[in-house]
Amino acid sequence: MLTLDQIPTEKYVKIKNVEGGTWVKQRLQNLGIHVGESIFVKRGAILGGPILVTINNSDVAIGRGMARKIAVSEPEHESKYK
Amino acid sequence: MEWHAKLPFQNQSMSQNINSLKNKSSLSDDAQHPQIVLAGQPNCGKSTIFNRVAGYRSVATNFPGATVEFTRSHVKINGQTCDLVDLPGTYSLQSLDLAEEETKKFLLTQRIDVVINVIDASILGRSLELTTELLELELPMVVCLNMMDEATRKGVLIQSSELARLLDVPVIETIGSKGHGIDELFRQAFQVIRLSRQSHHQKMSRHVEKVVQELADNLPNCEKTNHRKNCRLTAIKLIENDQYFQKQFSPGVSVKEKVRKCQKKLQLAHGLPAEDVIAAERHSLALGLFEKVAKIGRPKKSWKDWADDVLMHPIFGYIFMALFLYTFFNVIFKFGALIENPILNFFNVQLNQVSHYFPKGSFLFTLINGLFQGFAGGIAIVFPYLVPFLLGLAFIEDFGYLPRIAFLMDRFLHKIGLHGPSIVPMILGYGCSVPAVLSTRILSSPRDRFIASVVSVLIPCSARMTIIMGLVGYFIGGTAALGIYLLNLVVIGIVGTILSRMMAEDIPGMILEMPSYQWPSLRVVVAKTWLRLKDFIVIAWPLLIAGSIILSVAEWYHIDALINRAFSPLTSLLGLPAAVGTTLIFGILRKELSMLMLFQALGTTNVSTVLSSGQILVFTLFVVFYIPCLATLGVLLKEIGWRKTLFASGMTIFIAIFISLLGRGFAYLVF
Repeated sequence: MLTLDQIPTEKYVKIKNVEGGTWVKQRLQNLGIHVGESIFVKRGAILGGPILVTINNSDVAIGRGMARKIAVSEPEHESKYK
Repeated sequence: MEWHAKLPFQNQSMSQNINSLKNKSSLSDDAQHPQIVLAGQPNCGKSTIFNRVAGYRSVATNFPGATVEFTRSHVKINGQTCDLVDLPGTYSLQSLDLAEEETKKFLLTQRIDVVINVIDASILGRSLELTTELLELELPMVVCLNMMDEATRKGVLIQSSELARLLDVPVIETIGSKGHGIDELFRQAFQVIRLSRQSHHQKMSRHVEKVVQELADNLPNCEKTNHRKNCRLTAIKLIENDQYFQKQFSPGVSVKEKVRKCQKKLQLAHGLPAEDVIAAERHSLALGLFEKVAKIGRPKKSWKDWADDVLMHPIFGYIFMALFLYTFFNVIFKFGALIENPILNFFNVQLNQVSHYFPKGSFLFTLINGLFQGFAGGIAIVFPYLVPFLLGLAFIEDFGYLPRIAFLMDRFLHKIGLHGPSIVPMILGYGCSVPAVLSTRILSSPRDRFIASVVSVLIPCSARMTIIMGLVGYFIGGTAALGIYLLNLVVIGIVGTILSRMMAEDIPGMILEMPSYQWPSLRVVVAKTWLRLKDFIVIAWPLLIAGSIILSVAEWYHIDALINRAFSPLTSLLGLPAAVGTTLIFGILRKELSMLMLFQALGTTNVSTVLSSGQILVFTLFVVFYIPCLATLGVLLKEIGWRKTLFASGMTIFIAIFISLLGRGFAYLVF
C-alpha cells in the first residue's frame, strides 16, 4: 500500500484512507485533508523530517510518522489545482 | 510577557459572566454594552482586527494558534461602545486542544450579542466548515472575509453578496492589516444587534437532517444543555460523541440508547462512522457553498512563493536559520554593549556627585545609592538588550518565520520526544517564560505540554539574556555568551530526552498549517514591542528599584549577613563570595534582579574588580538554570499542577548546581 511519506515531491495524490485515532483524523479534516481529496506534495525535509503538502490553497506540514498513516493513490501529474 | 497580567482579568470576567448567566433570567438585563465576539480559524487575522479597533492589546502573531486565551476590551467604534472579545482560533468546535476548548466554552456559555466569523478569504473553502458549524449555534452573526488582498493574490475570486444570500448573514470584505472595511464590518455588526437578527443553520442532506431532528425531538430537557437552548445542536454533538456535551447532558441509559440508534442509522446508510458522516456533511456543505460563490483564477507570482524555496530548503533552510539566529543574537549583543557603557558611566558620575552632598556610609547615602543602582540597572543594563531583542522577535513572529522553524526543527525535536509545534513555547521562551508556558496549550497531549513547559522554562528568557549579555558577554566576551546558549541547548536536549523516556508515549506527530508570509508593518512591530516592554517598565523596573533599596537598607542593618550565612553552603560550594547569597533570593522574584542585586551587594557595577572571570561565569550559569521566577511559577502551577511544578523547580535547582560546578571546573582549567 502506498503511503504519503513515499511520494516524491511535486506530485499530486488522492487520499484513500487515514489510519490513526479520532484526534489525527479530525485535525487532518480540519485542515481540509479528507478522504477522496487531491493533495500536492510540495516538499520533504531531509533525514525523515516532515513533509509539506498543499491543499485548497493552504500549505500543511505533516510529520513523517503521521504521513506513514495516510494511504494515497498512485501519483498523478494532472490536477484541478494546476 | 504581557499575558500573565491578563490572567486574573480573564478568570474574573469568566466567572462574572457565568454568574450573570445563572442569576439573571433575561440576559439583556446586565448587558450594559453589547458584546461582540471575534471567532474564526487560527491565523485568519482576528487579533489583527481586534488590535485595529482596540489599540494594541492582543499579541497577534503569524503562527496558527498564537492566541491561547481570550482578550476582552471595552471599545468605542463609530461612536458606539461595546465589549470586543478576541477568541483563540479554532478549526472546529471539536476542541482538539486547550485553546480550542476555551473558544468552544465561550461560544456555548457566554453572553454574545453578535459573532463576527473572521475568515481568511484565501482559504475560503476550508474556512466555511467552521462557518457552518458556527451557524449551528444560531447566534446573531456577521461573516468577515479578511485578507482579501491575499485571496486576490492566490487567484481566489469571491462573490461576497452571493455568499451573504446563501448564508443569510451579512458578509463584509476586509483587509485587516491595512484597516480596509473594518468600519463597515462593525457598522453591520451593530445593525445585526439592533435588529437582534439570529442566524440559521445550513441544512445537511435529507437523511442526516431527519436522523438529527428525530434525536433532537426525543431529547428530554435538551434546551437546558446549552445556553443557546438549541436542541438540534445538542443532538448533533451527541451523535458526534462530543465529550463536552456528554458531560453537560450526562445522558441516562435511555438517551444513550437513542443516540446509539441514530449513530447506527447513519453508519448503515452512509458506510462511515456517525461522527465522520457529520464531518463529511459539513465538508460538502462548505464545498458546495465555495463552488457557488468562488472562482479560482490564475495566482499572481510573488516573493512569497520563492521565499519558501530558500527558507524551507532541506539544506539552505538550516544554513539560513543558523546564520539568522547567530546574526540576531550578535546584533543584540553588539547594540546592547554599545549603549550599556556610556549610560552606566553617566550614572556613576552622577552618583559621585551625590556623594559630595551625603557622606558615603551615611544612611541617606545608602538609600540614594540603592535607588540609583536600581534605576540605573534597569535603564543601562536591561533596556539596551531587551529593546532590540523584542523588536526582532516581533518582526520574525509577524513575518511568519516561526512555523518554518517548527518545520525545520520537527526532526530534531523528535529526538527529545516532542514534535514541531513544541518549538513555539521554546522560541517564545527566549522572550519570557510566562507566555511560553501558556503557549503549550496549542499542544494536544498533557505529556507534550508538561515536557514542553519544563523545557521552555529552562530556556534563558530575555531577563536572563540581559544577565548573560551584561555579565558574561560584557566582562568575558561575546563568544562565551554564545557558549552559554549552546550549553543551554545541550542541557535541554538531555532533559527532554530523559523526560520523554520517563513518559514514553506514542506521539501523534505534527500537523501544522504554514501561514503565508506577511510583511510586518512597522507600526505593529513597535506596538507589540511596546506592549511587552510596558510589562518590564510597570512591574519589573519598580521592583528592581524597590529591591535595590531594600537590599541597601538590609546591608545598613546587617540583615543580609544572615541570609548570606544561610546560603553559604551553596555559595562556597560554587566558589562564590558569600555576599551573592541574597541576590539569589531576589532572582526568584525577577531574574534581572539577581544581576542588579549583585551590583548592589558587591557595591559596584564593575563586577570584574571584585569577581574573577570564573566566578562571573559560575554565577551566571547558576542564575540561568536555577528555579524559574515567581510569575513563571504561577503559570506553571496553573498549567501543570503543583506536583509537577515542584518537580520542575527541584530539577532546575539540581541542574543549576550541577552545571555551575562544571563551569567552576572549566574556569579552573581555562582562566
